[in-house]
Amino acid sequence: MAGEGDIKLLGMVVSPFVVRVRMALHRKGVSYEYVEQDLFNKSELLLRSNPVNKKVPVLIHGGKPICESLVIVQYADEVWSGKGASIFPADPHERAVARFWAAYVDDKLFPAYIGIMKAATEEARAEKAKEALVVLANLEEAFAQCSKGKPFFAGDSVGYLDLAVGCNLFWLEAIRKMFGVTFFDVGKTPLLAAWAERFAGTEMAREVVPDADTAVVFAKKLQARFGSNTSAK
Amino acid sequence: MTEPVKLIGAFGSPFVHRAEVALRLKGVAYELITEDLFNKSELLLRHNPVHHRVPVLLHGDKAICESLVILEYIDEAFDGQPLLPTDPGERAEARFWAKFFAEKCLMSVWLALWTEGETQKVLMKDAKEHLAIVETQLKEKRFFGGVAIGLADIAGASVLSHWAGVLQEVAGITIMSDDEYPAIRRWMEDYNADEVVTECLPDRDQLVSHFTSIRGKCVAAAKSMLPNYLATK
Repeated sequence: MAGEGDIKLLGMVVSPFVVRVRMALHRKGVSYEYVEQDLFNKSELLLRSNPVNKKVPVLIHGGKPICESLVIVQYADEVWSGKGASIFPADPHERAVARFWAAYVDDKLFPAYIGIMKAATEEARAEKAKEALVVLANLEEAFAQCSKGKPFFAGDSVGYLDLAVGCNLFWLEAIRKMFGVTFFDVGKTPLLAAWAERFAGTEMAREVVPDADTAVVFAKKLQARFGSNTSAK
Repeated sequence: MTEPVKLIGAFGSPFVHRAEVALRLKGVAYELITEDLFNKSELLLRHNPVHHRVPVLLHGDKAICESLVILEYIDEAFDGQPLLPTDPGERAEARFWAKFFAEKCLMSVWLALWTEGETQKVLMKDAKEHLAIVETQLKEKRFFGGVAIGLADIAGASVLSHWAGVLQEVAGITIMSDDEYPAIRRWMEDYNADEVVTECLPDRDQLVSHFTSIRGKCVAAAKSMLPNYLATK
């Protein structure tokens, strides 16, 4: 693919938010320079590009930084609107529904599964696992409403909400391996379970999503670094 | 043909105020349905089954929930004064600041008001850091939206301009004293002076009695929001 000029992505290999942006850039068919960041020793470039939150992902386009993964995904869809696939639907209500659920995922799913990883007791872990399952039950409903019988949240191919949820799947798998929590029960969330497999099988996911084991290794490193009262498998 | 617009709201909610300002800036006629949040109607529960909270925008048979999602919907579904600029980079900036207000600045201010001891010290420090960031931004522009009120202004000023004073009074805590943050004060005054804004600001004295009567609930709400805020800092 021809480059679109000066495009850099500051990221971290196992950040689901970075993966989300990489998926979006893949959908738009945009090539970019990926710069891996050490979040325990933040670079001058990262601190300069995201002085407010000091986090990844940061997209630097023509020297201008854009921060916050969902903001970046919307930016990519707008600035490269003629290229690649559309990430957002055209209809304002459908866009609103996609935005609602994407915000819900970041507000509820991410803290729940991170909480499973950080839990200091089995009780606390079980509590967080329960929270995660409630979220997934709601997403099962959302999938039924949004997909209208089609393979993805957005319909025939992946869109905004698929990216918003899908970037977390490798972490859910990592946590399943570490703690034995089953997130996708074909009995309880059949649509989501089928979607998750389908999503993981897309060319986009196969190209940009890291292996769940990479996340497991990272999680164990974090536990070693910060100490943990319960051990993973 | 225009479909009827209704807004499910409740007295004292700055989030409902956001939606009202946006509708009025666009010149959209709407019916305000006032909820008793301690006795939620079937209408509200049906149209916001996930969160059971206000505001909910009803446009014909479509329901849109979450105030920031509603703001973007209003901008896209109705003609009139744009709430977002046309340039993708500037749109990304506006969305970034709206998110910063919602997830960081307003959150830390709210939590600092209703917590105590060491926790409050941490939150207070965060709130002051966040306000300092906003102060720096507002030294360079009249509104985040430029000449006119935009998405980020509605997100931030909706709370800071009218509610912050009331909440500090009810909580008995000062986060923004009279001689601090001159640029923020100027922005708040400019926001409050806008005739559209004045039309949908609740009476200050009523707001004080309202929050005084639900003080206990504010403390409880802050307690439940604290873990997520700290986990995603």
